[in-house]
Amino acid sequence: MNEVKTCSCDTGSATALAVGNYKNRTRLLVLLGIGLALWIVIYYWLQPAADFLTYNVFKLSASSRLGSSVAFFIYDAPKVILLLLLIIFAVGVIRSFFTPERTRQMLAGKREFMGNVIAGGLGVVTPFCSCSAVPLFIGFMETGIPVGVTLSFLIASPMINEVALVLLYGMFDWEIALIYLVTGLAIAITAGWVIGKLKIEKYIESWVLDVKMSQAATTEESGMAFTDRIYYGLNAVREIVGKVWPFVLAGIAVGAVIHGYVPEGLLASFMGKDTWWSVPAAVVIGIPMYSNAAGVIPVVQALMEKGAALGTALAFMMAVVGLSLPETIILRRVLKWQLIGVFIGVVAIGIIIIGYLFNLLM
Amino acid sequence: MNIKILGTGCAKCHSLEKTVKEVVSNLKLDAQVEAVNDMKEILTYNILTTPGLVINEKVVLSGHVPNKREVERILMNAQSSEDKC
Repeated sequence: MNEVKTCSCDTGSATALAVGNYKNRTRLLVLLGIGLALWIVIYYWLQPAADFLTYNVFKLSASSRLGSSVAFFIYDAPKVILLLLLIIFAVGVIRSFFTPERTRQMLAGKREFMGNVIAGGLGVVTPFCSCSAVPLFIGFMETGIPVGVTLSFLIASPMINEVALVLLYGMFDWEIALIYLVTGLAIAITAGWVIGKLKIEKYIESWVLDVKMSQAATTEESGMAFTDRIYYGLNAVREIVGKVWPFVLAGIAVGAVIHGYVPEGLLASFMGKDTWWSVPAAVVIGIPMYSNAAGVIPVVQALMEKGAALGTALAFMMAVVGLSLPETIILRRVLKWQLIGVFIGVVAIGIIIIGYLFNLLM
Repeated sequence: MNIKILGTGCAKCHSLEKTVKEVVSNLKLDAQVEAVNDMKEILTYNILTTPGLVINEKVVLSGHVPNKREVERILMNAQSSEDKC
C-alpha cells in the first residue's frame, strides 16, 4: 500500500531469499511429516503404555480406587496434550487465513439476522485476544456494523474455543464436541440478534461514537506464504499449549480423583436431570468463575460420570468459558452497565435454555 | 527512530514492549520506545487488535506478539530505510 518508500533497499537480495525459502520449505515439510508420524505412533501406543505403567510398573490393581485414578490420569493427560498439539496447530493454520480486518470487511453492510449468523461463524475462526475487544468493537461500529452483529462476534469468540473443542472430543466423543459447537453458535447468533432488536444503542458510552478512526488503510497483509502459515500454526501451538498445559494437567488430576473416589450416582441427586434448579444454579455459579476450558472440561467429564446430567454440565461449562469477568470488565469501557447487564442476562438465559433442552432430550 | 507500542496493559502488550526494548538495546539502535496506553490515541492508528507496533507513525504490526527475530528484522528494515532514503 505504501508507495512512499521508493528507494530500492531490498531488491538485490530477492533472489537469494527465494532460494533460501525454497530450501526452508522442504526442510519444514520433512520435519512436519516426521512430527506427524511420531504423533500417530505415540497416540496408538498410549493405551497399552498407560496400562503397562499403572498395572505392571506401579503394581496397582485395576479395581482399586487409587489404581483407577492413576490409570485415568496416565492415559488421559498425554492423550489430551497430544490432541491439543495437533488441533491447535491445524486451527492456527486455518486462522492465518482470517484477520480481524478481513472479518470487518466481510461483515460491513450485512443485514441484521444474516449478519449475526456470519458474525458468529467468523467469531470462531478469527484470532484475537480479549484485550482487543474494545478496539474491535469500535472498529466494527465505525464501519457501520450494527451493535447486535458486533456482539454476536464478540460472544462467539470466547464461547466456542478450540481448546474446549479438543477436550470435548478427546474426553467424550465427537458428538458432544459438535453439540457444543452448534449450541454455542446458536447462543451467539440469537443473543446478538436479540440485543440488536432491543435498540439499546444509547447505552454505548458516548465517547465511542466520537472516535474517528483515520480512514487510511491499515497494514495490508498481502497474502502470507505457505511457510508463514505453518509458522503461524506452530506459533499458536507454542502460545496456547504453552499457556494451558498446567490447567489441563490440574483439571485432569481433579477429574482423576473424582473418577476414582467419588461414588457412582452421588451427584445425580443435585446435578441430575430431575433437579429443576440445577441448570440455573450451574450457570449462576459458573459466570463469576474464570477458568479456561482446559481446566473445566476434565472436571465436568468426571462429574458426568458420577451422575451429573449432560445439560447441566454443558451449561456450567459454557457459563465458565463464555462469560468471563475480565472480558466483561474490558467491555465496560465501551458499554454502559445497563447494556453489560443485558449482555450477561441474554447470554445466561441462552445457556440456561440450552441446558434444559439437553436435560430433556438426553 | 520513533517506536510506539500500542496496548492497554494486557500481558501481550507488555511482552511486546519488553522484546522491542531488548532488541533496541541489543542492536544499539537510536530509538525512543514509547508505550501508548490511551485507548483514544490507540484508535487513531486504526488498528482492530492490540498490541500494535508503530514505527515513525506507521503501523507495522498488530494483533500478535512477534518473536525476537521478527522484531529484529522489522527494526533493521526500518533503520535501513531511514538511513538510505
